[in-house]
Amino acid sequence: MDKPVSDNKIAFRLNNHEVTAEAVVGERLSQTLREKLGQRDVKIGCNAGDCGACTVLVDGNPVCACLTATQQVSGANVETLTGLVADDDTAKKLVETFQDNGAAQCGICTPGMMVTSVALLRQNPRPDTEQIEDALGGVLCRCTGYRKIIDAVHDAAGRENIAKADGSGAVGTTIRRLDGLRKVNGTEKFGDDIAPPDALVLRVVRSPFARAAFTLGDLDEYVARTDGIEAVLSAADIPGRNLFGVIPEFADQPVFAETETRFRGEAVAAVIGSPEIMRDLDMDAFPVEWRELPSSATVSEAIAANAPQLHANRAGNVMCGGLVQCGDADAALANADIVVEGNFRSGFVEHGYIEPEAGYATYENGKVEVHVCTQAPVMNLQALEIILGWNKSRIRIMPTAIGGGFGSKLDISVQPFLALGAIKTGKPVRMTYSRTESMQSTTKRHPSEIHLKIGARKDGSISGFRFFGDFNTGAYASWGPTVANRVPVHASGPYRISDYRAESRGIHTNCPPSGAFRGFGVPQSAIAQETLFDELAEKLGLDGLEFRILNALEDHVPTVCGQVFEQGVGIKACLEALRPGWKAEKAAAKTYNAKAEKDGSPHRMGVGIAGGWYGCGNTSLPNPSTIKAGIRADGSIVLHQGATDIGQGSNTVISQIFAQALGISVHSLELINGDTDLTPDAGKTSASRQTFVSGNAARLSALSMRQQILQLCNAPETATLAFGQGNVTVSYGDETHVIDLAKMAVNGEGYVLVSQESYDPPTKPMDKNGQGSPYAQFGYAAHLVVVKVDTRLGTVKALRFIAAHDVGQAINPMLVEGQVQGGIAQGLGMALMEEYLPGRTENLHDYLIPSVGDMPPVQTIIIEDADAHGPYGAKGLGEHVLIPTAPAILNAIHDATGVRIRQVPATPAAVMAALKGSNDVQKGR
Amino acid sequence: MVYYAPQSLPDALGQLAGGDVRIIAGGTDFFPALGEKAAPPKLMDVSRLKELRGISRVENGWRIGAAARWTEIIQADLPPCFDGLKLAAREVGSWQIQNAGTIAGNLCNASPAADGVPPLLSLDAVVELSSTGGVRLLPVADFITGVRRIDLGADELVSAVIVPDQPEGANSHFLKLGARKYLVISIAMVSAVVWLDQHRKIAGARIAVGSCSAVATRLPGLEAALIGHSVAELTDDRDIWTGHLGPLSPISDIRGSGDYRLDSAAELCQRTVLAAMNSKGNARG
Repeated sequence: MDKPVSDNKIAFRLNNHEVTAEAVVGERLSQTLREKLGQRDVKIGCNAGDCGACTVLVDGNPVCACLTATQQVSGANVETLTGLVADDDTAKKLVETFQDNGAAQCGICTPGMMVTSVALLRQNPRPDTEQIEDALGGVLCRCTGYRKIIDAVHDAAGRENIAKADGSGAVGTTIRRLDGLRKVNGTEKFGDDIAPPDALVLRVVRSPFARAAFTLGDLDEYVARTDGIEAVLSAADIPGRNLFGVIPEFADQPVFAETETRFRGEAVAAVIGSPEIMRDLDMDAFPVEWRELPSSATVSEAIAANAPQLHANRAGNVMCGGLVQCGDADAALANADIVVEGNFRSGFVEHGYIEPEAGYATYENGKVEVHVCTQAPVMNLQALEIILGWNKSRIRIMPTAIGGGFGSKLDISVQPFLALGAIKTGKPVRMTYSRTESMQSTTKRHPSEIHLKIGARKDGSISGFRFFGDFNTGAYASWGPTVANRVPVHASGPYRISDYRAESRGIHTNCPPSGAFRGFGVPQSAIAQETLFDELAEKLGLDGLEFRILNALEDHVPTVCGQVFEQGVGIKACLEALRPGWKAEKAAAKTYNAKAEKDGSPHRMGVGIAGGWYGCGNTSLPNPSTIKAGIRADGSIVLHQGATDIGQGSNTVISQIFAQALGISVHSLELINGDTDLTPDAGKTSASRQTFVSGNAARLSALSMRQQILQLCNAPETATLAFGQGNVTVSYGDETHVIDLAKMAVNGEGYVLVSQESYDPPTKPMDKNGQGSPYAQFGYAAHLVVVKVDTRLGTVKALRFIAAHDVGQAINPMLVEGQVQGGIAQGLGMALMEEYLPGRTENLHDYLIPSVGDMPPVQTIIIEDADAHGPYGAKGLGEHVLIPTAPAILNAIHDATGVRIRQVPATPAAVMAALKGSNDVQKGR
Repeated sequence: MVYYAPQSLPDALGQLAGGDVRIIAGGTDFFPALGEKAAPPKLMDVSRLKELRGISRVENGWRIGAAARWTEIIQADLPPCFDGLKLAAREVGSWQIQNAGTIAGNLCNASPAADGVPPLLSLDAVVELSSTGGVRLLPVADFITGVRRIDLGADELVSAVIVPDQPEGANSHFLKLGARKYLVISIAMVSAVVWLDQHRKIAGARIAVGSCSAVATRLPGLEAALIGHSVAELTDDRDIWTGHLGPLSPISDIRGSGDYRLDSAAELCQRTVLAAMNSKGNARG
């Protein structure tokens, strides 16, 4: 007989307990598990089966909980990560091996990865790599580059030489992430994991057009006639200024557009109601009338004479520009023996973190508290001060764990909506962006249109370099000015160029705002520079690697900004580290291709290299970090570590630095993470600055604490400290002092000793020609990649990377490798598959990021050319990594096929078009 | 708001006859299409209907239950002519999707890029449609009538996919071209069932191409042209592969231009047919 499930009560087994849940018809299992059964370890990344984060086991088989109706598991056995790690021996092993390999960075995909791995290992206790890839192919990770996850699965299966992150914790040793356990056992709390299930839900009304005039209808009437709606928000509800922007002098973005929207996905209003009502709310019924207006999608459209002007004070839609010049580029080019030039293009790249923007806000006793996944809590606070028009003492930002950021979560997203909603309703309010909403409305990597001309003399030295780049900065400034500034400084690459001119412009279009994305425009300029370097070398008859080594910057050689580093210029060492691999791989590719040609195979192998550099910290601007520590009367040591850990590992790295400087074990630290009420400002997690800048602040704070302790007993610098229960023992020579902490005065925070120190990198402003000292340090990198190209289908498969990175001093080598592998995966995506097109690739099946099967093994070579400014010599790393990746891949494609590709992504269709074009040219001869 | 979990096919068909019931099986197309909107008020889950489950030998062929999941197809003990279907099954989304998605769901979703369609076309498969009025059989090619359009009455349910017995010794293969390894919508794909004569020349072939027309389609001209050719001949002859693509009408989109799709289809046809000819009939289960 038919069984209409009229009572909507579904009974099933969940993590070895019988449960009953109420679910409406067709409710997604992910929703029921998270909101009705408290199973917040099940993560939602896309609600479409594209990311696999919500993977659970149903009767032992991995499925996406977001694609399963709750009614379908009636009577079934459902297992999620928390249940598995409690009861399943395989899961328990994975908990260890994921930590020992650094297989979880931000941790948002980790439940999906681990649950799927458990299912695999139950079916196949000793899988090979291909089987692991097949199993994990449905779970996307944006941080790790997958290889450490594969390693972790191999290790859990009991292969030989199992990785152990068992260093002492001293600087230079590998230890597990200090926050690693909660990322692998399902207890980490991300942006959507904080709110109670009954919190009000907010949804945003967004522009369906790139540019539109609009009129809001009668909002009071809408609230009155719609059951369960508590409130509507629009520009009229903003008590302060309806304006935000990460760079104050460029602030130009409204929280809610007022009369006209400037990009598809721009917010005009928000609706707040009960969770039940909001889940099924028909957003099309919201009272708003749209009138589409002419818009510009590209730079060329936006700079046309009749183009609509986006901002009144930015004539011609030019937001700003940047310039660096030294010597006389044109004269040097005229005198060059060989000149190469080209036009290069790249599109929007989406950050593609698996955690969409999410948060939760409360309003009590006149204070609003916002829990949110953010890279920049203090900047969030500053933005809300302006939007609310409130004193900052009434605003608190409490960052949650962040499921990937890569630059986009520096800008505000859900924060003002949540704060305004909580204030207006007086009740807790939550919201999570849908995947499409996240992709439509948050920042992107700037599309670029670059013209570059480089000359060289017969001896191989560079003679003239002239760069012009237009960057599509979208509707609002965001970090566009930073891109415009950074690019001319970095466009030279890490090479000695005495006659140089690089100009950039940021152009407004009716596209989503382009902002910060790992590298701030430098990955785009590196594509032009590093592929033309290959062409130059080829025309000069020089080996591509030796040509770069010949021109590489060194200590005492000025950069194009006229900045001279007396130490720490590690690019040559990076390039030289590739020499053995370069020779071997070139020879292997030659052999392979000879055989392929003989056999009639369509496959060709190629080897490519590229170099890169990146200045750590803000460009010629102050960007101090402050780190505080306290010691309690019981001897416990608390580190107020406000540098947001977005998966890169700052919680661990900064603690290792602090512990080293204080002279204690890192494992004896208690961490208090970013919270604008509890931790001083450690700046934003951006510009590869946390290890360098916050690391230095941590070191100084530890040294200050150490000094205070030593002074208590007049001990010398060389003394050792040992913290015990309520005391600290100071030893030197034959002397031992025991300081009784319990007898010391306790401050309001419960500390008997407190230290707080700041560090701001020494930089100098640049003059009108970009001459100055923009950064206190650069990090350096060189990549080698081997690719296989299918010359009849255009597909490109990266087979392996060798990546040499000068990090000054690796604080934690495992985390360095994690950054390298993850950065390469993003560079690979940019090179081969990623392009965001508004209205067309607004989900994770039309917008492709690399899957586990696309990311090959990486050999990481850590170069340690210590930097005088870095803590223990350390340099920043995060952004450097993906700078050489894309040009190395393009150079490898050329090596394999002879065609030059000057536009990314080099999709199969694009590669094939280039191959056909070159064939046509050859036929025409 | 009603969720039906019928216990038998007649129950399910009775519900359908009652009108306006939305069917859900694996959910892998249902939920992505739903997006952030509310579910329809009446849903009927057919994924547990025993009449729709399982893969079995029937007279003159094989019966694949409509609710057979892709993982079941991969794991089923089937003759080599099903290797192409199994390879396609391994390309449907991901392991998670293969554990939930059903063969009939793939047909009913009627995406031009449905991975399951080309192999079923190349197997000459037939869709079994059940209603309270009886059973109707329809070739897959006639069942899918356009982009997201199928010939299915409001009172009908796909109850099975019937694959007729293939010629003696038939082998098959499937290739998919996409911009990444896993979880990818194809740019083009080809499935082929091929059987050889005693000289190892093609005695007959069925070739179907997906993602290159509104509905995946067979290439009868190519199938005819291949007859009598050996592996060596078909390896060297490029023109035969490009000369019979008339039924294809690929669009240009974010994944590739129409011209690129045509070129790729020809290349994939050659590779797929040659692989099927060289196949020893042991695709990974």
